[in-house]
Amino acid sequence: MMNIVENFDLFAPRLINKQELISSGHRACSGCAEVLAVRLMCKALGENTVIASATGCMEIISSMFPTTAWQVPWIHVAFENAAAVASGVEAGLKALRKKGKIDDRYVKVVGMAGDGGTMDIGFQALSGAMERGHDMIYVCFDNEAYMNTGIQRSSGTPMGASTTTAPAGKVSIGQKTWKKNMPEIMVAHGIPYVATACPSYPLDFIRKVEKAKSIQGPSYIHCFSMCPTGWRSPSHTAVSMGRLAVETGVFPLYEVENGHYRLSPDMPKKLKPVKSYFKPQGRFRHLTPDQIEMIQEKVTVEFGKLVEKAKFLKTGNE
Amino acid sequence: MGKRIGMEVAVAVAEAVGLCNIDMAAVYPITPQSHIAEHLSDLVADGHIDCEFVTVESEHSAMSAVIGASGAGARSYTATSSQGLMLMHELLPIASAMRLPIVMGIANRAVSGPLNILNDHSDIMPQRDAGWIALFVENAQEAVDLSIAAFKIAEHKDVMLPVSVNIDGFQLTHMVEPFEMPTQEEVNEFLPPFVPHATLHPSKPVTMGAFAMSDYFTEIMKAKDEAVKASKKVIQQVFDEWGEKFGRPYKLVETYKADDADVMMLTMGSMGETAQMAIDELRAKGVKAGLVKLRLWRPFPFEELKAVIGNAKKLIVTDRACSFGGPGGPVFSEIKSALYAEARRPLIYNYIIGLGGRDVQVKEFVGMFENVLADTANKAADTYEFWGVRE
Repeated sequence: MMNIVENFDLFAPRLINKQELISSGHRACSGCAEVLAVRLMCKALGENTVIASATGCMEIISSMFPTTAWQVPWIHVAFENAAAVASGVEAGLKALRKKGKIDDRYVKVVGMAGDGGTMDIGFQALSGAMERGHDMIYVCFDNEAYMNTGIQRSSGTPMGASTTTAPAGKVSIGQKTWKKNMPEIMVAHGIPYVATACPSYPLDFIRKVEKAKSIQGPSYIHCFSMCPTGWRSPSHTAVSMGRLAVETGVFPLYEVENGHYRLSPDMPKKLKPVKSYFKPQGRFRHLTPDQIEMIQEKVTVEFGKLVEKAKFLKTGNE
Repeated sequence: MGKRIGMEVAVAVAEAVGLCNIDMAAVYPITPQSHIAEHLSDLVADGHIDCEFVTVESEHSAMSAVIGASGAGARSYTATSSQGLMLMHELLPIASAMRLPIVMGIANRAVSGPLNILNDHSDIMPQRDAGWIALFVENAQEAVDLSIAAFKIAEHKDVMLPVSVNIDGFQLTHMVEPFEMPTQEEVNEFLPPFVPHATLHPSKPVTMGAFAMSDYFTEIMKAKDEAVKASKKVIQQVFDEWGEKFGRPYKLVETYKADDADVMMLTMGSMGETAQMAIDELRAKGVKAGLVKLRLWRPFPFEELKAVIGNAKKLIVTDRACSFGGPGGPVFSEIKSALYAEARRPLIYNYIIGLGGRDVQVKEFVGMFENVLADTANKAADTYEFWGVRE
């Protein structure tokens, strides 16, 4: 079989939309996996899309007045309200389309924010928008800390990571709490579609965005987006680090459609040890073998739970 | 001609908004705004108005959602009060900077703490510098008329700014008053369809809410200031059109028996009517008393105010809020600064009145005049006092 990556130009037109809806020339750091993820998301969404973005890295790197990197309609209002703004855009467009005041075509509204803008300050607005059943997608680009303001901890920061507000020290492990399980909280909202994704698995991510796009109603995608600057890793490691997060079970890829769980085909049968994921990252460098073991146990338990859910809560068509 | 009816003012405001062909409304309940929210939802539920009604989980999301909808090109409305307005605060300057013609009804209520659900103006005052047009109304008729006119002002191509219509909570929102309700045909004739200059639609992609560094920020702020200032002309123009069509003309600064007044009082909102009765009493006693009622708080009508103050020797400014540790009430400091450069200006007295719903009766307004007139040595001029406070 031909290698897809080596023969990308041959496969790409069939697999990936060639149109770039976030243009080059934006101001993201080199090796940023988040902007790669945004780019892939836009390819999957296509041009009949409106994006409501929270304040954060993706907003400041793409919209410095009087320039813009966005080829799709895009709005930024504040930090904590991307979901609420998206819900308003959706309601507004729905009314205008119904009254014949705009083109009669289907437009998908997408809210996006980082882990802080989703899991901390934007949590309430997101919960409200999902509960109200707006026809929208919400994508959390999770790089596991407030990177835009300088690597401060969020509720998405994993146990043991050193950040500027939860630094490792003589008496501190760094982050003292377990990462908030945001996808599960979204599943608990009873929305039609929840998925986890990572730009290191572009075709899986694109497929999930396409699926979310096809659903009438709210859907949520939690996209794990490595940040070389904040994770204290070389900028060429973004893709490999995302793969390691998945291969170790630290960030498993799965989707939940109408309450039915399915692990992504990319998930390995046997997980690699978490230490292979921790080793290349400066933010975990201080961890002792005991601490790594403590985290390994948690990852194993959590992944086991997910496998069980996938076993017992299968999709109807399988 | 509309019909003359009696109705609770909050319900009347919802009815008036319902005549404006709104596309979207987002509301979160708060006393005393809740009857506006409830009645608007009734109108949608019964199919009287064709509008997306978004029952958000907070006022912050209410304002966020109307910003999104207005950005999409939808005529959008929200209403709130007190803590809800304070929660929206962060977003108000963003809405005006984005030049979104949102209309918001505010059932003015005291801000905590302590918690108090009754009327004063401590909720709107902290929003002074948000870049919104702020109108004040005195009775049911004005609440209805200006809730409709607000859309025309906001959406005027030379304005494109959000507008708040300030309606005193309880003292006005929960009163049943007689007024004339315009008909749907009349409103259709008066209020043209909203034509946004840019929308969030893929037919013509735009970026809204870009961020700006120091190289552009000052210019953007200056542009906003110019826009808010320039809106004054359009506001009067829309008031004139309203007057022509409905026979009820409005001014940016209203007066009552002010032409030859020696001593004047200035009010904002529903207390103007009570103060009017005090003026009548004083006039009957031979005191040349007059009243100035500020309808427009932002943009501030400097010239119009100066013109009506005329040759008055003393001016009593009433405030429904306090700037703690500052120069007195916020209206007081504004009026002082407006008249500062005048060669001839009245002595200005400030009473902070009616906080947290405390009633202010006709005799008390008379009392304020009497106090000021008794101050022959002008000792109390340029000072402020909490009226009726127990110490």
